[in-house]
Amino acid sequence: MVNPETWFEGVWWSDYVLPTGTIVFFILCIVLPLLISVAYLTLAERKVIGWMQLRKGPNVVGPFGLLQPFADGAKLFLKETIIPAGSSRFLFIFAPMLTFILSLVAWAVIPFDAGWVLADINVGILYLFAISSLGVYGIIIAGWASNSKYAFLGALRSAAQMVSYEVSMGFVIVSVLLIVGSLNLSDIVEKQKTVWFFIPMFPMFVIFFISALAETNRAPFDLPEAEAELVSGYNVEYSAMTFALFFLGEYANMILMSGMTAVLFLGGWLPPVDIAPFNLIPGVIWFALKIAFVLFCFLWVRATFPRYRYDQLMRLGWKVFLPFTLFWVVATAGVLVAFDWLPK
Amino acid sequence: MVVQALAFYLFAAVTVACGVMVITARNPVHAVLFLILAFFNAAGLFVLQGAEFLAMILVIVYVGAVAVLFLFVVMMLDVNFAELRAGFAKYLPIGAVISLILLVELVLLGAGWAFNSETAVIASSPTPPAADVHNTEALGMLLYTKYVYLFQGAGMILLVAMVGAIVLTHRVRAGVKRQRIGDQVARSSKDEVKVVKVQTGSGI
Repeated sequence: MVNPETWFEGVWWSDYVLPTGTIVFFILCIVLPLLISVAYLTLAERKVIGWMQLRKGPNVVGPFGLLQPFADGAKLFLKETIIPAGSSRFLFIFAPMLTFILSLVAWAVIPFDAGWVLADINVGILYLFAISSLGVYGIIIAGWASNSKYAFLGALRSAAQMVSYEVSMGFVIVSVLLIVGSLNLSDIVEKQKTVWFFIPMFPMFVIFFISALAETNRAPFDLPEAEAELVSGYNVEYSAMTFALFFLGEYANMILMSGMTAVLFLGGWLPPVDIAPFNLIPGVIWFALKIAFVLFCFLWVRATFPRYRYDQLMRLGWKVFLPFTLFWVVATAGVLVAFDWLPK
Repeated sequence: MVVQALAFYLFAAVTVACGVMVITARNPVHAVLFLILAFFNAAGLFVLQGAEFLAMILVIVYVGAVAVLFLFVVMMLDVNFAELRAGFAKYLPIGAVISLILLVELVLLGAGWAFNSETAVIASSPTPPAADVHNTEALGMLLYTKYVYLFQGAGMILLVAMVGAIVLTHRVRAGVKRQRIGDQVARSSKDEVKVVKVQTGSGI
């Protein structure tokens, strides 16, 4: 029996309560800044695209429109959740939750600085890849559960698109792994101390970035929600917080993909050069700056390029990226073996 | 250890329950979703066994790709399930025979392992401590050295299956307009645009 007086010193405290408490605390330390970043990413997107199109963007709510994300959030929170009559109720509610949950759980393995990682697992990069490949279910379930033609078409487009681009993304990851010799994300970053991988692997870096755009359903690959023909696609039947969860999930996924790009190619938390003014800045700041840079590129692309036609999208994925990445994996392996650079 | 045991029973129970739901669910899409949940829990069981590489590959390959395509097909199908159920009694004997054969094979496999005289020798052979060798590395070492021909053979069989599927379903249709990216890129304004000075009122 547990004696209430010695309970806190007991085995329960050290074995169960304390570890759970620390993990929950660390999770909050990751999720809260992430959600604030998501909120301000929506503002940054509108501001950046506004400036690129010679507009001002949101500038009414708060100074420089800084309170706009909260106004939007409050609006969505106060609206009525409408569940269509012919929909599959449970799945209809479950789909946005799944999208949002998946966009958060992936952050468990991202290293923010040397040793600053919640779960330093051996197969970190595979975990990230697995979670990002699960993202398609939120969309496909939403499209099917809505019982609407437009939503369903959007979901099918998205499923085909995400599966296609995962293939080339997988090969990009394999070619990085060949150099590093480990699936651990911290090891991948440490290996970039000599040179960031985007220099020797520049074509792979570009392909990874483009695949990340396709994987997050961002312009110019935002066919799942092509508003011109599908009236916003898979989320057309969603309202209020169910819609907000999709929205949050999509933006959190953008940040995650930027984080993956930073870890794989831009040296994670490492400073650009390891000398005095640069290596005094904490690694987490460098990591955030790199994520911000990649995110800016996401927004830049959206403001610049028109949407792809669907057959062009498929051609790019299967006939251009897949053969090229396959060739690059073989070439990387060949170079590593020929010069005896294989990681021991 | 208590937590591990609890996690095991949770994953195992959900996997079995999902397996039952796959064959009893009325809606085929729900059945596929239960199948996905079963895959996911099986991955959880792999993690508990310390086989994290297999767990991740299970999620990436089966949940992330195979089941997506499966779901895709099932959603597009327009099958009448009352009609399908009508044939249930007709196909029951053959189904029972197949499942019986599978059961016998599984029992034989288990018995063969348990009663084999070499089992004790294999089980007692030295294994490196789990902290030294990651299971990704261990699997790679085994697949690409000892079983390399079998591994390559399996790969070739899959490639042949893929090529076969494409050959069987690909039809050459006449009169299809295709975009040729090469031709489009090779065009230039010099070859395609003719600038003509037209006298006012005379036309071309």
